[in-house]
Amino acid sequence: MSKFEFPPSIKSRPVYGTLEARPGKGHLMIADADGAEAIMDIATPDLMAQTHIIYIPRGTDFADKLRSLNPAQFYEGPTYAASVSRIRRVLQDAHMGLQVYLAGTEGLMGQAQNEAMMAGIPHTAIQTEHRGSTARRMQCVHCKGITEDVETDPFVCSHCGLNLFVRDHYSRRLAAYQGVCIDAEDPGNVPAPKGIYE
Amino acid sequence: MTIQFNDETFRDDYSFHNSDWAIKRFPFPFHEDSYMYAVNMEQHRGGPEGSVYEKRFDVDEHYISEMRDRAMVLADDPLRCQSLPHMTLAGWDLLELIMVSKSEDYPDLFELHRDGDTWRWINKPLGIDDTFTFLDETTLPYGPMEYITRQTQGDFCVLDQRDGNLWMDAGTVTTQADWSLDFDIGMNFFEWHAPVPLAHEKGIFERALKFLLNIQQGAPARRLNWTMTVNPLLDTSPENYHKWGVQKTTLTPENIGAKQHLRVELQTFFRLPRSNGLVFPIRCYLCSFQDLMTMPKWGRRLHRVVRDLPVELATYKGFIDNRPMMLDYLSQFDDGLPTSPGIFPDFDTEPALQK
Repeated sequence: MSKFEFPPSIKSRPVYGTLEARPGKGHLMIADADGAEAIMDIATPDLMAQTHIIYIPRGTDFADKLRSLNPAQFYEGPTYAASVSRIRRVLQDAHMGLQVYLAGTEGLMGQAQNEAMMAGIPHTAIQTEHRGSTARRMQCVHCKGITEDVETDPFVCSHCGLNLFVRDHYSRRLAAYQGVCIDAEDPGNVPAPKGIYE
Repeated sequence: MTIQFNDETFRDDYSFHNSDWAIKRFPFPFHEDSYMYAVNMEQHRGGPEGSVYEKRFDVDEHYISEMRDRAMVLADDPLRCQSLPHMTLAGWDLLELIMVSKSEDYPDLFELHRDGDTWRWINKPLGIDDTFTFLDETTLPYGPMEYITRQTQGDFCVLDQRDGNLWMDAGTVTTQADWSLDFDIGMNFFEWHAPVPLAHEKGIFERALKFLLNIQQGAPARRLNWTMTVNPLLDTSPENYHKWGVQKTTLTPENIGAKQHLRVELQTFFRLPRSNGLVFPIRCYLCSFQDLMTMPKWGRRLHRVVRDLPVELATYKGFIDNRPMMLDYLSQFDDGLPTSPGIFPDFDTEPALQK
């Protein structure tokens, strides 16, 4: 499928690239949903022989295709939350020179990048490629609650119920964009929600 | 002079007030009759006697009440003070810088007695007399950064310097102009400034970063920044914006002089010796429009600045909706006469209002 071109934005907003195979003794690829296609685009038998794939299908049917690439290790997780302890364990055991590849939704890439950063890998050394949904992982700045897969602006915080404006300001540490109350100065005056990139 | 500390609040009944002394020394941020972003840095090596520039860390009549307000904010939300694990040494650097500076600059208020690593710190206004071991966190009731910034007016960002950039890796932030330390912690200089309009395109942040990366020990720098706040509310945080934002709608032509405050940040920058970090104190001063208008020069100039400010800046600073009402009020204090250069009020030489 064609890749979404994100409009130009402010400097805290992440910029994604296109995965490329890089030299290394070990390769960790973490993807969700359509991110599988980014992995398939660079897969070669030699690369896969040294690759550990952690994949969350999210209703897609790419898992068998990834499995048929014969990666050295393969894990299909039901959710990101279910996969994160395995990701941490793999990073804990990783050796110098591990290559990390992330592909799929922003929420998946952001959270997995944060795990890699906490394991000591600089964020600039981690490859990312956006595929699939453009929905955002949002943090409500008021109650600190995270709402996954936000597609409209404004949206209602799934925790405290405030009407939140979707900002482009992004925290790598939280792997989330910031949501700020949109009607604080005029309670109840909330514009009709529309798609974030409409 | 001996400071008479006010007993006042920055919330609820807003009993905050400035004495004549505080008005006269208010850091009015406009050196001319217009405003646009600039890298307006200068050396922080004192200033006119009695001005906010004179001491390294200015202490004024609001000290005790501001520290009480900070304690309330931190009790409500401990995430306003955070320090990433690698920043503890920089916290000690900051504690030393403030204790040494305050005990030298205000010997009647603060005392520091050092015997090797055993330090005794006396803070008379806050009634503190603690003995601790320098560089041993277990001997203080809080981490070193939190301990000293609970006793020092202004927000504190403690920045790590690496990879040719500055990183917001620690801070105590309870009097902020609508930004969140909890969200921004860990960001680099360009990232935490990302939401600021116009300044990126003007190359302001590239130039400012180059300047800041080269700040040397013993050669601090400073600049002023400003915004507008309705009511003397120190904690204009995004976290609580859904509670305070509505206060902006309470302005009327009758109450604007008392309720509308010019909010000025004295930002200073000090190199820290052990960590090679940079500390960035952001000290907030508030002054009501009606108090500012007692200085004829400031009355003339504030009207011209607010009137001519680009829409983007008035929007970013959060007063675009109230600007017409501000101008109705401020225009009464602008008789069209020229103003003297510089920020100081020049009360004795500027002409009185001619209308």
